[in-house]
Amino acid sequence: MKYIDEFRNSELARKVLKEIHDLADEPVRIMEICGGHTHVIFKYGIEKMIPPQVELIHGPGCPVCVTPLERVDLAIDLAWRDNVIFTTFADMIRVPGSKSSLQREKARGADIRMVYSSLDALDLARDNPDRPVVFFAIGFETTAPTNAMSVLLAREQGLDNYSIFSNHVTVPVAVRAILDSPDVRLDAFIAPGHVSLVTGSRMYEFMADDYGKPVVVSGFEPLDIMQSIAMILRQRREGRCQVENQYIRAVTPQGNPLAQQVVERVLEPCDMRWRGLGLIPGSGLKVRPEFSAHDAEHRFDIGSLPELEDPKACDCGNILRGAKMPWDCRVFGKGCTPEHPIGACMVSSEGACAAYYNYGRHNLAPR
Amino acid sequence: MNDRIRKPAAKEVLLAHGSGGRDMHQLVEGLIVPRLDNPLLAALEDQACLEINGVQLAFTTDSYVVDPIFFPGGDIGSLSVHGTVNDLAMSGARPLYLSLALILEEGFPMADLERLLESIAGAARENAVQVVTGDTKVVHRNSADKIFINTSGVGLLEGPRIPGAVGVRPGDKVLLSGSLGDHGMTILSLREGFRFDSPLASDSAGLWPLVEAMQKAAGGSIRAMRDPTRGGLATTLNEIAARSRVGIRLEEAEIPVNESVRGACEILGLDPLYVANEGKLVAFVGPEGADALLEALRGHPLGAGARCIGTVVEDDRHQVILQTAFGGSRIVDMLSGDPLPRIC
Repeated sequence: MKYIDEFRNSELARKVLKEIHDLADEPVRIMEICGGHTHVIFKYGIEKMIPPQVELIHGPGCPVCVTPLERVDLAIDLAWRDNVIFTTFADMIRVPGSKSSLQREKARGADIRMVYSSLDALDLARDNPDRPVVFFAIGFETTAPTNAMSVLLAREQGLDNYSIFSNHVTVPVAVRAILDSPDVRLDAFIAPGHVSLVTGSRMYEFMADDYGKPVVVSGFEPLDIMQSIAMILRQRREGRCQVENQYIRAVTPQGNPLAQQVVERVLEPCDMRWRGLGLIPGSGLKVRPEFSAHDAEHRFDIGSLPELEDPKACDCGNILRGAKMPWDCRVFGKGCTPEHPIGACMVSSEGACAAYYNYGRHNLAPR
Repeated sequence: MNDRIRKPAAKEVLLAHGSGGRDMHQLVEGLIVPRLDNPLLAALEDQACLEINGVQLAFTTDSYVVDPIFFPGGDIGSLSVHGTVNDLAMSGARPLYLSLALILEEGFPMADLERLLESIAGAARENAVQVVTGDTKVVHRNSADKIFINTSGVGLLEGPRIPGAVGVRPGDKVLLSGSLGDHGMTILSLREGFRFDSPLASDSAGLWPLVEAMQKAAGGSIRAMRDPTRGGLATTLNEIAARSRVGIRLEEAEIPVNESVRGACEILGLDPLYVANEGKLVAFVGPEGADALLEALRGHPLGAGARCIGTVVEDDRHQVILQTAFGGSRIVDMLSGDPLPRIC
């Protein structure tokens, strides 16, 4: 595949790997924020290719994982409302709430359908004018623009039966919360590529300027990630601390202003609880009152459910902040597996624990 | 016997219980097999091998619920012949007779039914099997989706039977007859309305001629054969590794995947190792016969793209580990969940 195989070339990988080995003269802890990066790191076995003193810490950037239990419960509540067609990305279908999952409620007869985009949900609303269609909007800055756009289109096209259940979260506020927590030792960051496509790489400048952490925005192919690691090590070797952009074929400093405007128009910041991390003020996005007709929370008056504690057995909070590794958690791979996830990090294939479990556990000592 | 019954965690049947992956295994091994307890069933092969008055027969059954019912490379009719023929062939048995049971939804177009019956007849002729018994049921509209087909098959074992999933040993080679994922990605892209530049087509085909060629070349070296359908190659390899108590090491660079399938998988975030095939076999063979068997595979059009994709090793954890073309390694686990509902 053109434009993809080039970034999976093992010969080029060996060259970058040599550079990484040459530059890695001291222990360094690098967090890749994005779950997509975590997935690629494990899928290609990158972690065991790089020298052991370069430690990769897997951050909270999996929106499926961090969606709290009570929001999944509310989604299930919405799916059972009279005549509703509830639409969701396939990733959310197996995520357990406090008592059930969308998958299970679908088996019980709720009309829950998997879509690839909010625009597919909009088509369903057009095809079923007499039924309310709700879209389970989750994700970071990457998915927020299309989901916001679906609301604008619904209004424009008079699709009054369409609404979104917004659970959007934003990267910078969460990263700041992690950087401010006392027990976290992180030296540098690999910043998300797709989020940056929308927001621009400038968004991370506070991490370099205020916290003194080198940041490299990375693409999603294995060679991208290797090169980003090399760029971070080079910054450290040269005593620099900057936001650099490895993903220049997609990301600009300013990002995509049109996408930003659509989000700004439809959504506004709100407090949001993150599974594993707790309440992070200002880290969520909700539908602006002007569009409340297309806001499922308002339209169905779902109110709020009491906040639910994360399962006690799990160490997700520490793992998401990089304070502990997946195998430090006592239920990892025992009570908590991808089939029956207990904690946030096992819920989606992009979660740190699931990535270790699915792809990397042959490298762990048997316990 | 009932102390071996293990109820699945879910209180209801989920789509994942039919996906071919781990949930389905738990259902079959925990709920079904203990209740029907007998050694032939407990072998959990794709077919049962029966000895009746000194004659060795293979016997199997399969139901087909694929949606859409017509697709490039085949339809639910030809698929219902190929799938059952292949389950027989994987034991080394020559497929001979099929049953055909149709469950039809009220209102199903008669023209479509005729077209499917022609397709069934054609596939039976091509694979030298006869449909010798059958059944027809019609259910109310919405009680079934268009048409479901069940076929059972009987085949004759003319030589020694292939040892099967417990017979694989360290040092064995893993041969794959051709590219992965063609059937599953064809169905998925049709269902989701995706259009790709390069056309996708199902690999649906009867594999007996390929097996016959292998038996002639070095039949004694074949330890186990499977057609990796639901759950894909990854799930099949994990079943074999667990049942033979061995590990498997794969070379990603050797695993053939068509360009259009790779592209479609890339877009949808799927891994071809987990996507269904309907005209491919994976064979575990003793190293002494590997070259001759690979040559036999390649000598037939259905196996022209055959490759040796890996080796069986000693491994207490019975893991399947892939050496990535990029230079790293990772576990290839059994399918978990349900990425492709109703693909076969």
